[in-house]
Amino acid sequence: MSILVIAEHDNSSLKQATLNVVAAAKAIGGDIDVLVAGENCGAVAEAAAKAEGVNKVLVADNAAYGHFLGENLGELVAEVGKGYSHILAAAGTVGKDFMPRVAALLDVAQVSDIMRVESEDTFVRPIYAGNAIATVKSSDSIKVVTVRPTAFDPVAGEGGSAAVEQLDVVKDAGLSQFVSEELAKSDRPDLASAGIVVSGGRGMQNGDNFKMLEQVADLMGAAVGASRAAVDAGFVPNDMQVGQTGKIVAPQLYIAVGISGAIQHLAGMSDSKVIVAINKDEEAPIFQVADYGLVADLFEAVPQLEEELKKVL
Amino acid sequence: MKVLVAVKRVIDYNVKVRVKPDNTGVDLANVKMAMNPFCEIAVEEAVRLKEKGVASEIVVVSIGPKASQEQIRTALALGADRGIHVETDEEVQSLEAAKLLKAVVEKEEPKLVILGKQSIDSDNNQTGQMLAALTGMGQGTFASEVVVEGDKVNVTREIDGGLMTVALNLPAVVTTDLRLNEPRYASLPNIMKAKKKPLDNMSPADLGVDIAPRLSTLKVEAPASRQAGVKVADVAELVDKLKNEAKVI
Ligand SMILES: Cc1cc2nc3c(=O)[nH]c(=O)nc-3n(C[C@H](O)[C@H](O)[C@H](O)COP(=O)(O)OP(=O)(O)OC[C@H]3O[C@@H](n4cnc5c(N)ncnc54)[C@H](O)[C@@H]3O)c2cc1C
Repeated sequence: MSILVIAEHDNSSLKQATLNVVAAAKAIGGDIDVLVAGENCGAVAEAAAKAEGVNKVLVADNAAYGHFLGENLGELVAEVGKGYSHILAAAGTVGKDFMPRVAALLDVAQVSDIMRVESEDTFVRPIYAGNAIATVKSSDSIKVVTVRPTAFDPVAGEGGSAAVEQLDVVKDAGLSQFVSEELAKSDRPDLASAGIVVSGGRGMQNGDNFKMLEQVADLMGAAVGASRAAVDAGFVPNDMQVGQTGKIVAPQLYIAVGISGAIQHLAGMSDSKVIVAINKDEEAPIFQVADYGLVADLFEAVPQLEEELKKVL
Repeated sequence: MKVLVAVKRVIDYNVKVRVKPDNTGVDLANVKMAMNPFCEIAVEEAVRLKEKGVASEIVVVSIGPKASQEQIRTALALGADRGIHVETDEEVQSLEAAKLLKAVVEKEEPKLVILGKQSIDSDNNQTGQMLAALTGMGQGTFASEVVVEGDKVNVTREIDGGLMTVALNLPAVVTTDLRLNEPRYASLPNIMKAKKKPLDNMSPADLGVDIAPRLSTLKVEAPASRQAGVKVADVAELVDKLKNEAKVI
């Protein structure tokens, strides 16, 4: 078996999710090559070559891949991947965008968002917002799979010394052009891989009040997330949404503040190790999954939390 | 320009999903079914394009059992002009759905195809992208804004780091995210009118598509359930527990 892992990166650094996907590839077994497609992405290729368990790093460095347009990546990966038994990518917005194109071009099914590897052709994945867990078997010759990064412990990012090989395959489908990007800037850890996440919901009432959560988060080195209701109401940007259709997180500690605990929200955070809920409604469903529940008005509890944390941290 | 919208009949998003005791799937007997929420957003976007004078005709297509006609009628009541029902009682997976939709696209030749980014049953997030690849179209996935300008469509996409705008040549495929719009409700007179709108029925065989699934589901289980923990009296107790019991801070 030979597995092609598509690296997730921003042209300058390798995203940790790639290491989680390599871990999923190791669980399948076989030679693991990593494809880094981007523009001026040499540093990413070097980082990928150091990852544990990687056999070879293939680099497709071209302006056509600079913005990770699905049309171009789809053609590239279908071409490079056709000699492999498995093609894997993280189930982030880049992987979700181009991988189904790869599957369609190769005329194979895709298995989305796997949480476990049962064997080379059998995978476990959530359906119905995680309310059911399906074990599915693929009968295709090439398995196109997206991986839920939080479900696999990352391989080491140092110590490996894979060979790096340049590819000169340029696939510009000419169907789409990049226009602009508005990226959220934050000094906090990445939401999807943070060890602690503090999330706010509709109960926060407005965007200004999220500052309270940010202060608490900064004391703990945490990321800040949100429910859909908080994003829809415009309190915070979309990249902070946790849930079925937002980001999947599984930190050591998840603190839900003013979030009711709808199934679509739980789908994104119920694999967290320890869950804390702060909500003034003691009937809120979030308490059914919380390890520690505090029935309180968040506008009193959050400032107190900041004070108490200052004492112990 | 003609807009094609694909809609799927799924379990209503408010229904508590139950896994069947024999682990073969999810219990769908006597549960409320509805249009997939992302498909509602797709229909709404098409209707808004028509209201702006950008779209001239909206064709809605659904693949599924006879009862999927209800969702097509809903879309017609919301403002679509005519429906196509690709009727089958078999399970249709994403790749096969994309092939069926490709056959419909070849017949209808729409300038824009709008789909939901995922259906809330299989949560696959594949069909729109597969359709785009099979038809050689560009794709604007996870859209939060769609602006048609001449022979291009600008799509603002919700991505992990924020927002990204791409320009696609028409014809193109767009898949909707939650914040693209807020769908309206159908009015009673429009529900009545929808009953008279044309609805074509065809089978996968009529479209010449083999829908045999490539993935087989070996079993479906309930997720490991989390137990509710304890209620703490105050913030001091909470911090104490996090530090000394759970040891996570
Ligand atoms: C297709 C689909 C996809 C979805 N995807 C997602 C998703 O990815 N992520 C997601 O989060 N949601 C998602 N949702 C929405 C989800 O169903 C809920 O509507 C949403 O999670 C509710 O957000 P909330 O808990 O912040 O708001 P609410 O449900 O309104 O809860 C607010 C909570 O705050 C509490 N509160 C209010 N004031 C205070 C106070 N002063 N002190 C303490 N507590 C207070 C209230 O008691 C209440 O429990 C999706 C829905 C659909 C249909």
